Amino acid sequence: MTEELIIAGFGGQGVLLTGKLLCVAAMRQGKQVSHIPSYGAEMRGGTANCSVVISDEEIASPVIEKPSIVIALNGPSVAKFEPRVRPGGLLIWNSSLVKNPPTRKDLVLVSLDATDLSLSEGTERAANMAAIGALLKLKPGIVSVDAVEAALDEVISARNRKHNPVNLRILHAGFEKTHKVDAA
Amino acid sequence: MSEKVLMKGNEALAEAAVIAGCRHYFAYPITPQNEIPAYMSRRMPEVGGTFLQAESELAAISMVLGAAAGGVRAMTSSSSPGISLKQEGISYIAGSELPCVLVNIMRGGPGLGAIAGAQGDYFQATRGGGNGDYRTIVLAPGSAQELADFTIEAFDLADEYRMPVMILADGYIGQMSEPVVLPKPSGKSFEKPWALTGAKGRKKNIICSMKLIPDTALEEHNLRLQEKYDLITEKVHRVDTYMTDDADWLVVAYGTSARIARKAVDRLRGEGIKAGLFRPLTLWPFPEKELFEVGSKVQKILTVEMSLGQMVEDVKLTMNGEVEVDFHGRAGGAVPALDDIIERINGYERENHTHVQAS
Amino acid sequence: MSVKTIPMYKRPESLSDVRTHYCAGCGHGIIHKLIAEVLDELELREKTIVIAPVGCSVLIYNYLEVDGLEAAHGRAPAVATGIKRARPEMLVISYQGDGDLLAIGTGETVHAANRGEDISVIFVNNAIYGMTGGQLAPTTLVGQKTLTSPAGRNSADVGFPIRACEMLDTLEAPAYIERTSVHNPGAIRKTKKAIFKALKYQKEGRGYSFVEILSMCPTNWGVQPPEAADWVKSDMVPWYPLKKFRDRPADEDADKEKAS
Repeated sequence: MTEELIIAGFGGQGVLLTGKLLCVAAMRQGKQVSHIPSYGAEMRGGTANCSVVISDEEIASPVIEKPSIVIALNGPSVAKFEPRVRPGGLLIWNSSLVKNPPTRKDLVLVSLDATDLSLSEGTERAANMAAIGALLKLKPGIVSVDAVEAALDEVISARNRKHNPVNLRILHAGFEKTHKVDAA
Repeated sequence: MSEKVLMKGNEALAEAAVIAGCRHYFAYPITPQNEIPAYMSRRMPEVGGTFLQAESELAAISMVLGAAAGGVRAMTSSSSPGISLKQEGISYIAGSELPCVLVNIMRGGPGLGAIAGAQGDYFQATRGGGNGDYRTIVLAPGSAQELADFTIEAFDLADEYRMPVMILADGYIGQMSEPVVLPKPSGKSFEKPWALTGAKGRKKNIICSMKLIPDTALEEHNLRLQEKYDLITEKVHRVDTYMTDDADWLVVAYGTSARIARKAVDRLRGEGIKAGLFRPLTLWPFPEKELFEVGSKVQKILTVEMSLGQMVEDVKLTMNGEVEVDFHGRAGGAVPALDDIIERINGYERENHTHVQAS
Repeated sequence: MSVKTIPMYKRPESLSDVRTHYCAGCGHGIIHKLIAEVLDELELREKTIVIAPVGCSVLIYNYLEVDGLEAAHGRAPAVATGIKRARPEMLVISYQGDGDLLAIGTGETVHAANRGEDISVIFVNNAIYGMTGGQLAPTTLVGQKTLTSPAGRNSADVGFPIRACEMLDTLEAPAYIERTSVHNPGAIRKTKKAIFKALKYQKEGRGYSFVEILSMCPTNWGVQPPEAADWVKSDMVPWYPLKKFRDRPADEDADKEKAS
């Protein structure tokens, strides 16, 4: 198993944290992981993003040309990364914010009203948690829900740990709302 | 502390420097190594050390020179254009025979270039970017773990040979977060009777690179430095080889390029093609003996770099015409594509078959 | 009858017993000796590190019986910062000329002063580059002829001579700033007092001290030594007034005395 994920959104949507959370969880489950923030030429175009590789094997480059999975938390991220997903790959997109939905026929396209799910818990900052919930439902092989829950305390700074119960509720809401889909 | 933690390469390096006993760190901000000064600005006060953001790279390296002359472990870090500025001080430190650790988290050039990772400073690092006849030991880590491990070794090598040791990594290695087990201190200690601690109960110590008297002093100094460099060339070379025992095709690469090359070797082996990887961990001294031993048994060598051909010159010098040396490189922050490396070696295989059929 | 000899004058212990390489009438020898005398008086010889600049005084470590360290051109304050941070118990002197301190090393000069590094900078201003053969310095006077200003310094072209003390006096951190001269015995005595203060303040950990010393370069000015000394007084002093710009430790001590 090797998954190459790009997580993208506005600054402040917790993009880097999402990547780190998945990495720490997968690392604790004995997987090889790498995480690199949007960097260099990647930084243009109104999105913050990070690249995450999770694998059973040693990881070659942390830089991803053609991701197998993209989580797009805003419109510019869909515009930027939809063309780059490898055929047959997965694109999870935030229908709360994205006005122009993705259109590719050779991808698994999964929409989730991630920001609305977050707002229903009184914050607009945890759409990333809903998206993680969707990812865990669709790709249970990457990392388990339990491992992500355990990793939350490791990744979130002590100052913000009080929000973890809310984060978890939003994550589970995303998980419940997402339905398994067949490959494209 | 032996637990695996997810750490950014730059931060793993910074913590390793602290573990190695470095308490004096001077630097000037530049991307993509800003996590190192940020980390040190928090960490140094905790361990009673000095973090100082200098007014320039020129000042930062001169502060390192001053601290090193005081006999302490000192370090600076920067990225390509900043390292260009530090060359003045590096040359003085080499000439003054002072130990220190320099970190270059490389970005694309020339000039201001761009902040994405690259390997275009190989010549500058291994040939000596400053003036005069001197060398710098250059270590080439390929992961966050190696950034940490090599930092421990860099301080020991610097103290052992009284010279600057450079850690040369592309920006991706510094920026990437990976699982790291923080290293332990080496436990080695070094006497520094030459350090400037006050001329009390001994003659005064003078540390300088200028050698005027007698007329032959500078040449003698150069010859003595050369003896040291010869000794290092004999003793300090590190390599990592992967699937080279029966290889037909050998890829030579370091840093991020080597990580991709290793994956290419796996894929090619899966197709029954005998590829192998030779990864130099010291770029100066270049591991000539080891490369020649492996390289002279293969049909062709492919050097892969994130530059348009720098280390390939050392590979050619080493092989000295014994085996054909080919090159694949990307520049300006681009990373070699896995498929391109695989395709290149598949091409060698096809060519080989054609030759065999024709003969 | 026994005769007891009391030496009235002797070589300071901190001054090396070597032949000078400086030209006749040069001020460096005088200033080196003043530093040596002060180091003896403050009993600091065994705790001192002198930073040699690039310039005529690049060999200062040959004249002082203290540990010596060479800096790249202009970087002496940065080198001094490095070693002071590594060895805070040592007395660190950054000895610099005008090209070193105000041209190639302006950045290092300003920032070490601005940080209030606990070092003493001895700045020898002779209005010309000596070691390289008499080129225009940042402190060359308007109209002064040099190898690279053969028609005299033209302020419309290369600007006016920089006043280091005045510039540093705009900064908050420095503790002590004074300009003196070595053109006659009276001036030399005042210079010694200034050096004494600077090193004493550093010994007491009271912060950054800066002493600018107007000095002679007969060789590159193309005049005889007596004329050179006269020229310092007649031409340099009007542009570079001899003055104490700041003496915060003395002010603090006075305040303390008043309070008690």
